[in-house]
Amino acid sequence: MTVETAAGSRLGARDLTLSYEERTVVEGLDLDVPDGEVTVIVGPNACGKSTLLRALGRLLRPARGAVLLDGEELARIPTRRVAQSLGLLPQTPVAPEAITVADLVARGRQPHQRWWRQWSEEDERAVAEAMARTDVAALADRPVDELSGGQRQRVWIAMALAQDTDLLLLDEPTTYLDISHQVEVLDLCRRLNQERGRTVVAVLHDLNQAARYADHLVAMKAGRIVARGRPADVVTAELVREVFGLESVVVADPVTGGPLVVPGRPWGAA
Amino acid sequence: MQAAVPTSNPRTPSGARRRVGWTVAAVAALLLAALLSLAVGSRPVAPSQVLHALLHDGDDPASTIVRSMRLPRTVVGLMVGAALAMAGTVMQGITRNPIAEPGILGVGQGAALGVVLAITVAGTHGPGGYVWFAFAGAALASVAVYAIASRGRGGASPIKLALAGAALNALITSVVNGVLTTHAATLDEFRFWQIGSIAGPGAGTAWKIWPFLLAGTVLVLSVARGLDALALGEDVARGLGQNVGLVRIVGGVGATVLTGVGVAAAGPIVFLGLAVPHLARALVGTDHRWVLPMAALLGPVMLLGADVLGRVLYEGSEVPSGVMTALIGLPFLVTLVRRKAVAA
Repeated sequence: MTVETAAGSRLGARDLTLSYEERTVVEGLDLDVPDGEVTVIVGPNACGKSTLLRALGRLLRPARGAVLLDGEELARIPTRRVAQSLGLLPQTPVAPEAITVADLVARGRQPHQRWWRQWSEEDERAVAEAMARTDVAALADRPVDELSGGQRQRVWIAMALAQDTDLLLLDEPTTYLDISHQVEVLDLCRRLNQERGRTVVAVLHDLNQAARYADHLVAMKAGRIVARGRPADVVTAELVREVFGLESVVVADPVTGGPLVVPGRPWGAA
Repeated sequence: MQAAVPTSNPRTPSGARRRVGWTVAAVAALLLAALLSLAVGSRPVAPSQVLHALLHDGDDPASTIVRSMRLPRTVVGLMVGAALAMAGTVMQGITRNPIAEPGILGVGQGAALGVVLAITVAGTHGPGGYVWFAFAGAALASVAVYAIASRGRGGASPIKLALAGAALNALITSVVNGVLTTHAATLDEFRFWQIGSIAGPGAGTAWKIWPFLLAGTVLVLSVARGLDALALGEDVARGLGQNVGLVRIVGGVGATVLTGVGVAAAGPIVFLGLAVPHLARALVGTDHRWVLPMAALLGPVMLLGADVLGRVLYEGSEVPSGVMTALIGLPFLVTLVRRKAVAA
């Protein structure tokens, strides 16, 4: 087993096999997450993409193989140290009743705090900056459960940002959001990556959004990686057929010039 | 863009001032409740006389009443109120369930079984004698609940804990009832314990339970930040570097010990452990480093208040504090629920 990730990659997986009880979901997978880029994992339902992300975030213990962070096996690193370099946002997190935006974002500082060192200037700065960056500073004293879906998702991202980690894992951050909020959240991820050099790994449902926002696209099917690389190189009609079993035409996106997948003729159309 | 936003950070002067303000108010309310508990009763003692009785050795009747009867009762009320309120806060935090209460892990019924066996088998009588039996019953029941819940996939999840607790509660209740129906004499004595009262235990009980109160308090305070993280869900808590299993176990043991303290000393005082955490959160927010101390202050206020009210309600007799807590606690909780319903 190789115990190193490729150069320019702090986070990766080697011969990774993941299973729930007896059911194997991901098998023998190798992955290098390029530093300072946005990696998007796509694939059909139940292909193991969220499971892979959970393992990268240490929420799931590998059945075989390992997830590596800075050359160390993730499972052997103390939880708090993992939390200082790797932030994660699960799918549709639930806020406790009546918690305010500022309190929720402040909890992102936990990995940096101790019983004897509670709230520092550094915490203050990180929280203020995270709220400014996600545009939720004006909502600071509002209860989270009064916010719209898009605002709420921005607050959760602010919490993950306050954690101040170089690596950020997001599991379907656009679920349940309407299209304008989806774009808002994904634009934010892109900005964080470009302005702050954060490495972002996101699982997305929508292939077109993945192609639009990813530097590095990973397409999965049945627990294996089928293709990876720049969206322009990877997204083809053949790939869409192979991964999703869908006939489609890939055209140039009129806005970005990247690949845009248009599904084949709808049922019943002449 | 990156400019700090001093007016809206989480440790705003106004937010902190509000928390400190409520905490000071709660301390004042506690002192008042304690004073009333020492002064009020079938033979009223003036507040100045209460202070005199506490500070000086006198053998006048007022001093004797205050020192030998009302002081132990008040101290037990303080301890039991604080213990049950903190236990309820932690139970709600661990299970992420707003209607969780200290009895959820079978602790209350376990203690009841201990008391019944103490009376019938061991022939122990009087609250002072029950304490160890109640404590042992509570501990055994919670260990059994945890053992049942941790079997099978996923370990001891909140739902499995609640289900195992409910199942064991039902089982023990029927055993207790079975024993009681065949031992008529036990029934009378048990019934008084079951209602819950801080009048009986006395100073001896306070001496027996204080180390447990201290240990339980240290345990639950040590997981305060873990509970804050857990409130955001298991995955987020792990992502924030918390060892979720450890938080659950340490918090659960702490809450069980605290519940044992309360139940062993004063019987199953209902409602307090459910209502006080909600009141505390309404005042100081969701941070457990504030909520736990606030609950520890408000619990005794509610219990002593109920006890005092029970003494004056009917002339010549007393309504047990276990009955009164629900009566005076209910309006608070209903108001809270209604206020939330309006805001949502």
